Amino acid sequence: MKLAYWMYAGPAHMGTLRVASSFKNVHAIMHAPLGDDYFNVMRSMLERERDFTPVTTSIVDRHVLAQGSQEKVVENITRKDKEENPDLILLTPTCTSSILQEDLQNFVNRASLESNCDVILADVNHYRVNELQAADRTLEQIVRFYIERENKKKMEHQSIDMEQIIEKTEKPSVNILGIFTLGFHNQHDCRELKRLLADLNIDINLVIPEGSSVHELKNLTKAWFNIVPYREVGLMTANFLEKEHQMPFISITPMGIQQTSQFIFQIQQILENLISSNFKNKFENKQNLSETSSSKKNQKDFKFIYEDYLNKNFYKSYVQKQTQFISQAAWFSRSIDCQNLTGKKTVVFGDATHAAAMTKILTTEMGLQVVCAGTYCKHDADWFREQVLGYCDQVLITDDHTKVSDMITRLEPAAIFGTQMERHIGKRLEIPCGVISAPVHIQNFPLSYRPFLGYEGTNQIADLVYNSFTLGMEDHLLEIFNGHDTKQINSSLNENTNTSSDNKLQWSDEALKQLSGIPGFVRGKVKRNIENFALENNHSIITMEIMLAAKESVNA
Amino acid sequence: MSQSISSPSNLESNKLVFECETGNYHTFCPISCVSWLYQKIEDSFFLVIGTKTCGYFLQNALGVMIFAEPRYAMAELEESDISAQLNDYKELKRLCLQIKQDRNPSVIVWIGTCTTEIIKMDLEGMAPRLEREIGIPIVVARANGLDYAFTQGEDTVLSAMAQRCPEKSTKNNDLINEEKKQNDSLVLFGSIPNTVATELSFELNRQGIDIAGWLPSQHYVNLPTLGKGVYVCGINPFLSRTATTLMRRRKCQLIGAPFPIGPDGTRAWIEKICSVFNITPQGLEEREQKIWESLEKDLQFIRGKSVFFMGDNLLEVSLARFLIRCGMIVYEIGIPYMDRRFQASELEFLEKTCFEMNVPIPRIIEKPDNYYQIQRIRELQPDLVITGMAHANPLEARGITTKWSVEFTFSQIHGFSNARQILDLVTRPLKRQKNLKNFHFTK
Repeated sequence: MKLAYWMYAGPAHMGTLRVASSFKNVHAIMHAPLGDDYFNVMRSMLERERDFTPVTTSIVDRHVLAQGSQEKVVENITRKDKEENPDLILLTPTCTSSILQEDLQNFVNRASLESNCDVILADVNHYRVNELQAADRTLEQIVRFYIERENKKKMEHQSIDMEQIIEKTEKPSVNILGIFTLGFHNQHDCRELKRLLADLNIDINLVIPEGSSVHELKNLTKAWFNIVPYREVGLMTANFLEKEHQMPFISITPMGIQQTSQFIFQIQQILENLISSNFKNKFENKQNLSETSSSKKNQKDFKFIYEDYLNKNFYKSYVQKQTQFISQAAWFSRSIDCQNLTGKKTVVFGDATHAAAMTKILTTEMGLQVVCAGTYCKHDADWFREQVLGYCDQVLITDDHTKVSDMITRLEPAAIFGTQMERHIGKRLEIPCGVISAPVHIQNFPLSYRPFLGYEGTNQIADLVYNSFTLGMEDHLLEIFNGHDTKQINSSLNENTNTSSDNKLQWSDEALKQLSGIPGFVRGKVKRNIENFALENNHSIITMEIMLAAKESVNA
Repeated sequence: MSQSISSPSNLESNKLVFECETGNYHTFCPISCVSWLYQKIEDSFFLVIGTKTCGYFLQNALGVMIFAEPRYAMAELEESDISAQLNDYKELKRLCLQIKQDRNPSVIVWIGTCTTEIIKMDLEGMAPRLEREIGIPIVVARANGLDYAFTQGEDTVLSAMAQRCPEKSTKNNDLINEEKKQNDSLVLFGSIPNTVATELSFELNRQGIDIAGWLPSQHYVNLPTLGKGVYVCGINPFLSRTATTLMRRRKCQLIGAPFPIGPDGTRAWIEKICSVFNITPQGLEEREQKIWESLEKDLQFIRGKSVFFMGDNLLEVSLARFLIRCGMIVYEIGIPYMDRRFQASELEFLEKTCFEMNVPIPRIIEKPDNYYQIQRIRELQPDLVITGMAHANPLEARGITTKWSVEFTFSQIHGFSNARQILDLVTRPLKRQKNLKNFHFTK
């Protein structure tokens, strides 16, 4: 048992549901007790989702406890199949079902016989993995299911030889893996990535899971390579596709100027490899095979098309142009304004992707000092340590927010970059905090365009960092003149209001006690209203009775 | 499936009709009661013994409160606890000692969850032993999603706490009883904010009735004395277990009254209590009248508009009764659980109100099915749907005006003067719609 007040990553089924409900026309059925469906609340409130969240519960109650689910799960699956006509129903186990140890796979097998849609049991263990790991696993599971089924079909219908020729899109194209619901600024990041890839003249084959259909998954292999923008979700899928379908992938997060350029150069490298060796051969082979049908023109086009992608200067000049003119961040770091940030102490904490990227940005692109970088992704601790090595004074790997709080209290940084939890820690300690990672509140689902990735992302991050600190000149002035000169005005105002009323009216002890029970921020207003009421009605002592009468009169 | 869509003729009924659906509806887990109970009982500490799922729910449902150093925490069960590799008793002792050291509360409330039920952790058995060892009372409440919905969590806690109230010494009582029957004491049960509690006490004081105590009290150490000759009266419709415990185990006499929600409910509540104490209520009619007059502007606005309760917090019947009195038409009262005995007076009052307002009695749907309800909502197109947050935004996107039901649980809605608060909640979405009527966005 563990005494816990707060957690960074949610339970496993949350991750599964996030992936499932990101797909179009996929329905998740949780095997859970009443009240466990607050995922629907989170999605509907945080994402301000307009559609009903495609998640229902096959409720575990006393009867299920006594006799097992029996027909209930199967009935719920077939009912949903008829009502919503989904492509896929994902049966999602929860902590409750994992200790009930019912044979859910059996229910799935039976239900899939009776329904038109596909039915899968999400393969996640509540007690072993967290939300992010489960999301990663579920995405891979769904992708694997549809790709393997497609392969089987191909094997049946065609000769095995054909399997060796992997169908690819003509123009270089990519899949973006891991954009999904309730992700930190995922929608904006996705738009920014698409823009960047369009600039490089690369097509987007598929973005999964957000907004895609499971029937499109068989086309994943048509892309030339994969992009995994966030380490937490999508890596397993990318590994599967690399291993089974020889698709290379990029797992560099294009966050910050340097990582974005690395990202672009890696794209160039991958394309070069694919075109100049492997892929080119395959294309030529294919064309040789089918020379009779395809025109010779194709071959000429082929060279013409791909030559552009092999031009190293194109990438170099693109990166240079973007860095200098589109992203203001590089210039911003050099501008004299930013000098005041030099050497300021910060603490960074978040998921592995964002915390690592942010640590690098702060130290190498803005000249700040990261006294501590940390992550709650304990399962990815080694990668994180390796990433931030040399960019920070110490590393903190924990999912206990009190440890983070203690660390911040001890180090007294000038600013924190963390999750909503660190924002609250910062509030308590009066240290400014920029939110860079989930878990998040509703204000981290902004309506306006706020990517963290790509070149526009660098602008956003620069603003975030800069606005977190007190402005340079203000900082100096405050130091010289000992803080803001507002205290006296406030206190004299208070005195005035106090004396004006205190002279005329008395409060009974009982009433005073009641008044003190009213929350501080409205107490003044309530007090004033009651006193006005008492004056109007010629009472000199305020009793409980008058208080209540006053309340009613205000209402009326 | 046959019950899925109600034909409008079904609505025209002049008798109470109860139906029961599949129970596939959205509500909060009953452990959410810790969020208001720990604030109400100031010297308590609530320990929820459950999994990450429970913790994540509390953290997300209760939002910002978690950051104010709350007096509640999770005892998060790990795989070793489930497979009994660790000793439950030792583990709980370790955590409770830590709580004692950090917070030193007057009581620790253990909230049992689905997981403790399934692995059959004997919380009731362990509590007395541990209580003796660490010297802090431990109250056990099984507020789990297997058995209960949302506000019923409070019911399980109060019913457990009722057994901890000191016993009224019968000897003195008999003497007083012989002298004056009216001096029988009255204990109210149900957790409401202190300001509202003061207001309700005040109303009864006006009629010459003193309240001997509240369950729960502001401090655990001040729990009211209970026993034979103590009258008890509930102020919330979801407290049926507590009522049963008070009657059966503590031998109290239950005053079955409508609940003091809305000026009509408040008046009926006071009148019923007065009748038990043989007091003729003074000035109640004028008081109710005055409140209605003060609400007239809002009443004009909502008269004739229709409401649909999807049901998730058991306040539905009382709220529907109040809104019908306000002149609204209620299509359906969804409710997680209907205790017809505990709510008897309220149901009777509902019937009477419908008759007086000359409207058909709405159907009461126990354990509703949200999917079927949404189909009915589509068909009926009510002016307002009172629903949980999972459905609110999607319904709004389909042109249906909604109000989150949870707000009724967390607002001050009891007594005469808080009637305005209820109307504010009901009218706000409708007014918003009116204010935006020229701003066309399509469904």
